[in-house]
Amino acid sequence: MATHDFAAQASHAHEAPQGFIRKWVFSLDHKVIGLQYYFLALAAVFVGMFLSLLMRIHLIWPGAALPILGEIKPETYLTLVTMHGTIMVFFVLTTAPQGGFGNYFLPIQIGAPDMAFPVLNMLSFWTTLLGFIVMIAAFFVAGGAPLHGWTGYAPLSALQSAGPGEGLGADLWIISIAIFCIGALMGALNFITTTLDMRAKGMTMMRMPLTVWAWFVTAILGLLAFGVLLSAGILLLMDRNLGTSFFVPLGTINGQLTGHKGGSPLLWQHLFWFFGHPEVYIAILPAMGMCSQLLSVFSRKPIFGYKAMVYAILAIGFLGFMVWGHHMFMSGMSPYTAFAFSVMTMAIGVPSAIKTFNWLGTLMRGKIRFSSPMLFAIGFVSLFVSGGISGPFLAQPVLDIPLHDTYFVPGHFHLIMGVASIFGIFAATYYWFPKMFGRMMNESMARWHFWFSLIGTYAIFMPMHYLGMAGMPRRYSQMTEVAYLHDLIPLQKFITYAAFITIAGQLIFLVNLFWSMFKGPKASDNPWEATTLEWITTTPPPHDNFGGHTPVVHNGPYEYSVPGAPRDYVMQNDPEIKPAH
Amino acid sequence: MADSALQNIPSVYEPSLFGTYSKKIGMWLFLLSDTLTFGALLYAYSYGRISTGGWPTPFHSESIINATIMTAFLLTSSLTMVLAVRASVHRDAKMQTLWLLATMLCGTGFIVLHGREWSNLIAEGLSLPMFPKVPHHQVAAEFVNVSKTVPQFAATFFGLTGMHMLHVTLGVIYLGVVALRRKFIPILLVLWLVAWLGTPAYSPFHYGAHILLIAAIVCGIILWLKPKVYDSSDVEVAGLYWHFVDLVWMFIFPLVYLMSAKIL
Ligand code: HEM
Ligand SMILES: [Cu+2]
Repeated sequence: MATHDFAAQASHAHEAPQGFIRKWVFSLDHKVIGLQYYFLALAAVFVGMFLSLLMRIHLIWPGAALPILGEIKPETYLTLVTMHGTIMVFFVLTTAPQGGFGNYFLPIQIGAPDMAFPVLNMLSFWTTLLGFIVMIAAFFVAGGAPLHGWTGYAPLSALQSAGPGEGLGADLWIISIAIFCIGALMGALNFITTTLDMRAKGMTMMRMPLTVWAWFVTAILGLLAFGVLLSAGILLLMDRNLGTSFFVPLGTINGQLTGHKGGSPLLWQHLFWFFGHPEVYIAILPAMGMCSQLLSVFSRKPIFGYKAMVYAILAIGFLGFMVWGHHMFMSGMSPYTAFAFSVMTMAIGVPSAIKTFNWLGTLMRGKIRFSSPMLFAIGFVSLFVSGGISGPFLAQPVLDIPLHDTYFVPGHFHLIMGVASIFGIFAATYYWFPKMFGRMMNESMARWHFWFSLIGTYAIFMPMHYLGMAGMPRRYSQMTEVAYLHDLIPLQKFITYAAFITIAGQLIFLVNLFWSMFKGPKASDNPWEATTLEWITTTPPPHDNFGGHTPVVHNGPYEYSVPGAPRDYVMQNDPEIKPAH
Repeated sequence: MADSALQNIPSVYEPSLFGTYSKKIGMWLFLLSDTLTFGALLYAYSYGRISTGGWPTPFHSESIINATIMTAFLLTSSLTMVLAVRASVHRDAKMQTLWLLATMLCGTGFIVLHGREWSNLIAEGLSLPMFPKVPHHQVAAEFVNVSKTVPQFAATFFGLTGMHMLHVTLGVIYLGVVALRRKFIPILLVLWLVAWLGTPAYSPFHYGAHILLIAAIVCGIILWLKPKVYDSSDVEVAGLYWHFVDLVWMFIFPLVYLMSAKIL
C-alpha cells in the first residue's frame, strides 16, 4: 500500500541536525546512536575486565594486600563475581553486537535512511546508559555492590539482611537491570519494525544479509525475554522493599526469622532462566551473523547454504525458549521434566551444528584472504565449537549433577558466550571500522591482537574444564587451603598469568582503535570488495545513508565469484545477474 | 491513511507486513512483549495460588460490586475509544478530542475507584508488611488474618492490580498527549500535585503519584524532540494500547476478584 509506505518514509526523513549537542549527544541518527552504544560497551568491558583481574589475583593470593584496594575480603570477592558477570552479560555482550553494530548497520544494509522510530532509538540508548550508571553506583553505596551473582538467585537477592552488599547495592542492581530491560525492549521493537517495514525495493526477506537476519531474530528474542525479566525484577523489588514473599520461603538468617514465608526460590529461577537462556543467544546470534558475513566475503564464495542458515537462526530462536530448565537440573526437578528439558537442549545442538558445518563449507575451496576480520571470524568458529562441545555434556542431567556449580560451567560459557561473542565484536570492528571512521585499522597490530587473544583465551578457559572435573566449585572465595584442591594450585596460577597476558594484549586493540581513528590511512568506499549495501555508499555514510535516494536491490547478498560476472563480486544493487548455463 | 493526493507516489520500499504502517507494527510488538510481562506476573500468581494451601476468599460483595463498576468504566472507555478512532478517520478533530477526553475520563474513574478500594483494603488490614500503618482505623480481623497466614494473597493482589493500574495511568497520559499535545503537560503537573499533596503520607499513592511527574518529564522530552500533529494513525495506535489494557483487566478481574469472592 503505497500511501502507508509514504507515510512511513516521510516520518523517517528527519533533517540533518545542526550543532554539536543535537549531532553527537542527543542524536536521532542511528549511526551516531550505534557508536554511542559501542563506546558504552567499550567502557563497560574495561570495567568488567578489571574486576576479573582482581578475581584471578584473589584466587591464587587470597591474602595479598593490593595497592589502594587493600585485601580482598570473601564478600568482596562475591561482589566482584556478581558485577563482573552482570556488566559483561548485559552491558557488553548484549550492548555492542546488537545495540552497537545492529544500530549502525541494520538500516544501511536494508537500504533504509534510518530506524523506523528514531526518537525511540535515542531513548533506548539513554535508558541503557542510565542503567549502566545506576549499576556502577552500586559500588559506591553503603555496603557496596551485591553478592548474589549475575543470576540474582533468591533468597540471597531477596533479603536486605542476607549479606553486606544486599542492602542498597542490591536495590540499585535490580533497578539497573529493570532500566536495562526497558531500553532493550525499545531497541528490540525498533529493530523488528525496521526490518519488516523499511527494506528497499528488491530487498526481499530472502535477500537480507545474514547479519540482518541475526539482528532481527535477536530482537525477537529480546522482545519476548526482557519483558519477563522486567516482571521478575519488579517482584524481587517488592520482596525486598514491601515485605512480600514471592521468592522467600519460611526461613532464618543467623537464627533470626526473616519475616517472610510461603514463597519459592524456584519461582525466581524459572522466571530468570526463561529470560536467561534466550539471553545467551541474544549475546551470540549477532556474532554468528557477522561471522557468516565475513567468512563469505573473505573466502570470495557465496555463504554455504543461505536458506539453511536462515532456518537455523529461526530454529535456535524458537527452541531457545524451551530449554531454560537445563539450568535447574539441580533444583529437585522431577526426572521426567529434566528428561524433557534435556531432549530439547540436545535438539538445539542440531541447528548449531548446521551453522558450524555451513561455515566450514563456506571456507572449503575458497580463495581465502586472511585479513584481520577474517582471522577473528575463524577464531569465532573455533571458539564456538570448543565451547559448544561441553554443552551436550551439561545437557545430561546425570552429568550435570556433578558438573553443575563447578568450574566446568564457567569454562563452557566463557568460551561459547563470552569470548566467542567478543571475537564477533572484534571481527566486526576490524571489518566495519573503515566504514564507520573512514580510515583503515593497522593490520599488524590487529594480527598481534588476534594471536594474543586466541591463545590467551584458550589458555584461560580450557583448563577451567579440568578444574571443574577435578571438583573445583565455582563462586568460592578462598580455595588455596582446601586439601583436595591443593594439586590444582599450579593450574590456577597458570590461568591467572594467562589472564594478565591476555588483558595486556587487549591494550593493543585499544591503541589501534584510537590511533587509527585519527592517523590510519584513508579508506576507500569498499575496501573489502564486499557486496552489501553499506559498501555502495560513501565513507562515512551521509546523514540519510544514501545521499537522498534509496537503492534498488537486484541480487542476493553473497554473489562472489559468479561465473561470467565482470568482477569476482556483484553488488546487491548491480543489475540482476542471469544464472549461468 | 495519508493525504489522498499522495496516493500515487511509487514506493521505494518493499511492501510492508500486512500493508500496515510502522507505528502500528511497533505497537503490536510492544503489546506482545507486554503480554509476556503480564504473563510472568500471572504465572507468579498461579504458582503462589497452587502451591499455597487454603487460599483465602475474603472479598465481600462490596469489593465485588466496586470491581464490577470499575469493569464497566473500562468497557465504556473501550467504546468511547472506538468512537474516537472513528471520528479521527472522518477527520472530525473536535469529536476526536472529545471522545479521547471521554476515554480518559473513564480511565481516570477506574483509577480513582481502584485507588479508593486499595486504600480501604489497606486500612482494613489487607496490607503488605512494609506499607505504612494507617492511623486510627478499625481493622477487620479477617483481612489481618489473611495477611498473616497467607502473605501470598496480598502480595499477588497488590502486585497484579498495581501493575495494571500503572498501565491504565500511562494509558490516560498517552491519550492526553495525543489529544492535547503540549497543553497536556501543565495539566499533568497539576494532577501530580493534586495526587501527591492530596494523599496522606501513609498512602502508597502519596509516593506513586511521582510517576506522573516522571511521565511529564518524559513526555516533555519526546514532544520537544518530535513536535508534530497527531493524525488518525496515532489515534488508532493509541487505541490498540487502550484496548489491550482493557483486555488484561478481563483476566485480572476474574482471577483476582471473582475467584476470591466470599460466596465461593
Ligand atoms: C549445543 C549447545 C548448548 C548446550 C547443549 C548447552 C547446555 C548448557 C547447560 C546444560 C548449562 C547448565 C549448566 C549448569 O549450570 O549446570 C549451560 C550453561 C550455560 N550456557 Fe550453555 N549450552 C549450549 C550452548 C550455549 C551457547 C551458544 C551459549 C551462549 C552464547 C551458552 C551459554 C551458557 C551460559 C552463560 C551458561 C551458564 C549460566 C550460569 O550458570 O551462570 N551455552 N549450557
Ligand atoms: Cu541455557
